[in-house]
Amino acid sequence: MSTTSRTDQPATAAPLADQATISAEIAAHAAEYARSGRERIVPLLDYPPYRSSLLRHPTKAPYQVDPEKLERFAPVFGHSDVDPLEADLTIQHRGEPLGERIVVTGRVTDGDGRPVAHQLVEIWQANSAGRYIHQRDRHPAPLDPNFTGMGRCLTDANGYYRFVTIKPGPYPWRNHTNAWRPSHIHFSLFGTAFTQRLITQMYFPGDPLQPLDPIFQSITDPKAREMLIATYDHDLTQPEWCTGYRWDIVLTGSSRTWMEPTE
Amino acid sequence: MTTLRPTPGQTIGPFYGFALPYPGGPELVPPGRAGAIRLHGRVLDGAGEPIPDALIELWQTSPEGEVVQRPGSLRRDGWTFTGWGRCSTDNTGTYSFTTLRPGGPVPFFALTVFARGLLDRLFTRAYLPGSPGLESDPLLSALPADRRETLIAQPDQDGYVFDIHLQGERETVFLIYPGQPTR
Ligand SMILES: [Fe+2]
Repeated sequence: MSTTSRTDQPATAAPLADQATISAEIAAHAAEYARSGRERIVPLLDYPPYRSSLLRHPTKAPYQVDPEKLERFAPVFGHSDVDPLEADLTIQHRGEPLGERIVVTGRVTDGDGRPVAHQLVEIWQANSAGRYIHQRDRHPAPLDPNFTGMGRCLTDANGYYRFVTIKPGPYPWRNHTNAWRPSHIHFSLFGTAFTQRLITQMYFPGDPLQPLDPIFQSITDPKAREMLIATYDHDLTQPEWCTGYRWDIVLTGSSRTWMEPTE
Repeated sequence: MTTLRPTPGQTIGPFYGFALPYPGGPELVPPGRAGAIRLHGRVLDGAGEPIPDALIELWQTSPEGEVVQRPGSLRRDGWTFTGWGRCSTDNTGTYSFTTLRPGGPVPFFALTVFARGLLDRLFTRAYLPGSPGLESDPLLSALPADRRETLIAQPDQDGYVFDIHLQGERETVFLIYPGQPTR
């Protein structure tokens, strides 16, 4: 593992593109989407500006299938799986992590707006300096001995999750020269059906790196992209303690109704 | 009727390794337990190269065909079969679960695939070879023969092998469910 270089390099040995080239490719995809007149609210899998996607996207259309009973249910997680303390990423070590303490909270619902209750939410992130604890992260920014950057919780009866953490810093990667990821927190979510499984990233409002980032821009629909940006909420901000962000999550569809024929 | 637009997915990225995998994740039952089998395979890219930074999740019925609704997947007690597991690929692109044979009329393993370079998760199924009912399964029977093969695991001495090709001539059939947004 120590012999591998940073893992976000493209598979080819071609020299890295510069930001202007990547930005032009991003703009071309955005223009093509605007011209198409159709709505696509999921990321493209075939999105060359994200170089690592070249050999890792299916080229054949997915096959639409009615879910079997198994797929209409999701795994169950409970208090035997998750300790409530795991929702606070600032208390996992002896000392306080460095950086801007924040609370991130929101609601997980299905496509009908019904809460996803008592279900697992997992997050992981870089520290305030933009460094992951992951051994393959070679960014020469400091590790924080008081911050791991991983948390879990269960949603409550109304579908709400809540984490206390540190605002992650942006970090460089090798997709192209001078490539920087906007600040983000990775989120992993389960619904009430297998089909609702979601892994995504939450971004922060007003981040100037978002327009330059091919991962974020792989969602070519501007309104869909906005769904990944949390809202600063002063009502969540706590005096002398931390600032607050709200981010709601909608999982696909309403699996329980697929049992009845529709249309 | 679904009215809300779903939150889009994003790639799992390269740095999930310290966060998502956990001890016991790939072991739905302890290895060596009576009836334990292995489901393993490689995750490959369009050049046929193994993908060392993919994550596979497994969801399945019990041997009796029951859809299990029991907690405990994250901290296994060694006794409770939860039907769910998680395994990251190693340096050779290999994942490996220890589990039980799923039951039900036409049993299959439901799999979710995540990887660096893959911008959204993929769903697929690994069917058991030789199961009665395979021929009449609505999904399998609708696929051309060469595509159907990509969804059928191969038997080996310990259980089943199921390779996942993200791209290429042997690209695995990936699934989308009704109501999900299309690309
Ligand atoms: Fe990240």
